[in-house]
Amino acid sequence: MTRPTTPPDAGAPTAADAHAGEGLFSPRRLGRELLRSPAGLLGAALVLLVAAAAIFAPWVAPYAPSEADFLSARIPPAWNPEGSAAHLLGTDQLGQDLFSRIVYGARVSLLVGVFGVTLSLTIGVTLGLLAGYFGGRIDSVITAFTNLLLSVPYLVLVIVIATILGRSLVNVILLFGVTSSPVFIRVTRGQVLRLKQLAYVEAARGLGASSGRIIPRHLLPNLVGPLATLATFEMSAMIFYEAGLGFLGLSVPPEVPSWGNMLSLGRRFLTTEPWMAIFPGLAIAVTTLGINLVGDWLRDAIDPRAGEG
Amino acid sequence: MLSFFARRVGESLALILGVLVLVFFLVRLTGDPVGLMLPKEAPPEQRAAFAAEMGLDRPLPVQFAAYMTGVARGDFGESLRQRRPTLEIVAERLPATFELALAALAFALLVAVPLGLAGGMRPGTWVDVLARGVGLAGQTVPNFWLGMLFIVWFAVGLGWFPAFGRDDLSSIVLPAVALGFAGMGQLIRLTRSAVLEVRRSDFVRTAQAKGIAGTRVSLKHVLPNVAIPIVSVLGIQFTYLLGGSVYIEVVFAWPGLGTLLETAIRDTDFPLVQAITIFLSFFAISIHLLTDLAYGLIDPRLRAA
Repeated sequence: MTRPTTPPDAGAPTAADAHAGEGLFSPRRLGRELLRSPAGLLGAALVLLVAAAAIFAPWVAPYAPSEADFLSARIPPAWNPEGSAAHLLGTDQLGQDLFSRIVYGARVSLLVGVFGVTLSLTIGVTLGLLAGYFGGRIDSVITAFTNLLLSVPYLVLVIVIATILGRSLVNVILLFGVTSSPVFIRVTRGQVLRLKQLAYVEAARGLGASSGRIIPRHLLPNLVGPLATLATFEMSAMIFYEAGLGFLGLSVPPEVPSWGNMLSLGRRFLTTEPWMAIFPGLAIAVTTLGINLVGDWLRDAIDPRAGEG
Repeated sequence: MLSFFARRVGESLALILGVLVLVFFLVRLTGDPVGLMLPKEAPPEQRAAFAAEMGLDRPLPVQFAAYMTGVARGDFGESLRQRRPTLEIVAERLPATFELALAALAFALLVAVPLGLAGGMRPGTWVDVLARGVGLAGQTVPNFWLGMLFIVWFAVGLGWFPAFGRDDLSSIVLPAVALGFAGMGQLIRLTRSAVLEVRRSDFVRTAQAKGIAGTRVSLKHVLPNVAIPIVSVLGIQFTYLLGGSVYIEVVFAWPGLGTLLETAIRDTDFPLVQAITIFLSFFAISIHLLTDLAYGLIDPRLRAA
């Protein structure tokens, strides 16, 4: 995915060609842009931090996530006079180490975010391309489906489907993958409708190029920008909604350490052991902050006019 | 003009019909609605009796016809636990949710418009940094977590507001702020970017060149032009708040549709879950329709779209 739009030898240089032969999405160009944006750098650092915690959880976490120790239950964070240096963020009512559970909890959030977005991107781009490129009846059906899913308040839709499917990681990923796809369908369809009227696509068609060539060569590369930005924002939304489902007791099974499940438990001890709810929530906020900062930066880097200051 | 209205009303009716069909099939998605509604240890006789009572043993098309005729007569079924019409229960809880969503919207607007306006008029200054920071916080901080922090700080710690329930006016403050926080973030960003666009217009430059004071330019020349995009998202914001209120109502034990949905799900009271979903979707669709119609009246160009 290094070269969007037309090849450089096709004529006058385009906006994307202005960067000394680099594509709009070349790692080198994006890397240089990132170094110039403090907010983008902070976001990338936060995302990397959370990802590293998730991947290297067994080495980062001082305890196993479900290791209960009733003798050290309900210990406040280490900086509290009653805290203990052995438990940085304190322990829950079973004596499980909160820091270790938060580190492991990053796995659920990131798995849901990454696979959920991948799934809805796949569904969204496929259906959006079909609808926008071919039009006609297939467009009507896909658009009707999109409008229908978007007319039910999102949270209510997600809660009802989660209840029906039951608690498992795969179900949660499927759920978010399908229910978030309408946004991707809409954006893809809108972009395709716009692109297919542009001169270079008409020219390709006039030269006898088939749909099988026009779609991958001329349409898909131009979808990368808007979809990449949308995907980052959708990922942070999914992480937020997954935690919310966990909070209501509707996400992954209760024995799995996840931020939502920890919040759900922490809520019951809110007035006596507030740290049990505060730290998992902080982890969610830090993760979504990181992803949103990266998304903001990506939007500005791809379309410099969108940001303004 | 008339055809625009007729088309939008027709589309909305089709969507409502679609939601009814969607909800009907969602509950039957697993192929075992009886298993969803009864406890796992229920004996087969009880299952059979329940299926017969609810009509779930009949063929799907027959079930669907019965469901649709019921809806047409205003009969949305009976709650399994409370044994009375779901419509009645939803109607009892609706005012509390509306009140909370309206208060949240009011809070979001009261903070977002002045802050977005001030920030957008002076990009790069401390006000702008503040506006962008608060906007980002609104977009980032999970509302259910914010609600819990509020309880810890302002209810338990400082004792300024009650932590739970819906009594006097002070009990709505914390839930409304927690619920409106995300919308506030979006509205700040929207206002700010709209202001950035408008402030470069010729009429603003002329006003400034004439020596009109900054505040007056903001309020009399920029604000009216920024109002259009803000008003256009209010409908969407409101439906978002209606849905988002589920988390906040649960955190603050606010007796609205959100807590009702949570209890109904815990009790596997599917007729009630169905009714809540249908009603919240009706509201969302109606609000979208009203926004579009109002827009068609204001801006004739949109009618062609």
